[in-house]
Amino acid sequence: MPSAIRHLLFIVVPLLVVFAILPGVYENHLMLFNFVVFLILAQGVNVIYGFTGYLPFGYVGFFGSGAYGFAMMVMHAHASAPVAVIAAGLAGMLIGLLLTPLLRLSGAYFAIANLASSLAVLHFVANPALEDITRGPYGVSLTATFNPEAAYWAALVVLALTLGVVVYLKNSRFGLALQAVREDPVSAGMAGVNVVRMRVAAWLASALIAGLAGGVYAWYVSVFFPDNVFSGTFSIFAIVFALFGGVATIIGPIVGVLILYGVYNLIGFTTPQYFQLIYGLLIMGLVLFLPAGLVSLVTRRGRHVP
Amino acid sequence: MSPEPTPILRAEGLVKRFGGFYALGGLTFHVAPGEILGLVGPNGSGKTTAINVISGLYAPDGGSVTFEGRAIGGLSSHRLVHLGINRTFQVPKPFLSLTVRQNIEVALAYGRSAAAPPSMESLLEEYRLADVADRPAQDLNNVQQKTLDLARALATGPRLLLLDELAAGLNPTELDWMAGRIKSLARSGMAIIVVEHLMGFIEQITDRVIVMNAGKEIFEGTLAVAVKVPEVIEVFLGGEHAA
Repeated sequence: MPSAIRHLLFIVVPLLVVFAILPGVYENHLMLFNFVVFLILAQGVNVIYGFTGYLPFGYVGFFGSGAYGFAMMVMHAHASAPVAVIAAGLAGMLIGLLLTPLLRLSGAYFAIANLASSLAVLHFVANPALEDITRGPYGVSLTATFNPEAAYWAALVVLALTLGVVVYLKNSRFGLALQAVREDPVSAGMAGVNVVRMRVAAWLASALIAGLAGGVYAWYVSVFFPDNVFSGTFSIFAIVFALFGGVATIIGPIVGVLILYGVYNLIGFTTPQYFQLIYGLLIMGLVLFLPAGLVSLVTRRGRHVP
Repeated sequence: MSPEPTPILRAEGLVKRFGGFYALGGLTFHVAPGEILGLVGPNGSGKTTAINVISGLYAPDGGSVTFEGRAIGGLSSHRLVHLGINRTFQVPKPFLSLTVRQNIEVALAYGRSAAAPPSMESLLEEYRLADVADRPAQDLNNVQQKTLDLARALATGPRLLLLDELAAGLNPTELDWMAGRIKSLARSGMAIIVVEHLMGFIEQITDRVIVMNAGKEIFEGTLAVAVKVPEVIEVFLGGEHAA
């Protein structure tokens, strides 16, 4: 069996089935929805960071753009929610396109510039002068499309697409070439790889993913403010979850979200002080002992992790 | 010597500046298919810069480079690779976290060579990488990483191959083996430019050498003649690698 089919059958399908069944047996649907959103975002970070090495500290910029893309389509074009979600993805990609010059930077410079650019998008959207278009800092209320159940299913579809992208990258020559670019752009050029085109493709794919996630999020919550959907917490969580599990794999970010967001939900609300302690210790331990994530426990023994 | 075939690569008055420093100050030379040309000269004479300009890492600041009659100065690396130029690096640059096999696979997939490229298995066999094929490149020793650089370059089916100090760090047995490999590549019609400090190795494999000093060629001919030319001796005088 080709490994791509195996990855779909044994990782992607079971995960989707579990999240399709859970709403019927567990009543905290908002929490389940948030799990799905973070699974999408962590995989989006995986696409750009795991496969190209660009650490997107401002990843939420695409997510927020998606949420506002959704809102503006619903408010001004009176679009149906599914159409607005697609527009949300395109809004994320559009911001990604505008930010492609950032790819000239590398390492911490890229991370910081990306963070700054996400703040710029936030302040642009939240500008009171744009009240007629974005409602500025006063937030949006999208009662016309309010339908959390449908939004949850849409999120699952976006998750399926995202996992499809990652499975493709993990099993294709395109994904291999991206990793080659991450490892050594000069050598990648000498292997015949068009380095700039590769980076832009991965960047736009990851922007599209976050934009779609922002769209379904806007659909689900229906009332939000710029500070909600551009909150740096989204970037940080998505990055930490992806890194904790291990990037450039399919299961790493999934494991990261299930464990860390699970811990967050178990004790994050009831005993926040312990949560912060445990979270801090987990992340410190990870950075010190497992910089390549949990999956490196297996890969360092010479075993392959999908 | 057989009648000289048409050069595959011509560099004419090639200039490369770094700020006010002229790394190449009007370098002129050519290489023909099937020929092994040595670029020798003291450290800082511009040998590696010449290779970097020809392989697209730097755009030239003056002069021209033509490959098979086409001006290639300033083209990006991947386009030069697709035209049929490839190289190895002085410090090998494999994709460290990818396996040896994946390193070569990228080049086979994206090299777009005009001629049929060698197969994965033949490259692994011929370059003694079969035993480590499924190990990440970071596990390889320096010599293996250098041969992996070479195997990756060959996977793109180049007609011009630039070897930047491939021999440094090889033991005598490995040197002989590598010399044999390079000569057999040249016999297949590949043009090869070798930058090297090991004069014995240069003597063993090259048909012709260009001696460089301060970004220009000061001698062209066989190494046997070069070592008798006063100007060449002067350039190398006191140099630890002087033959």
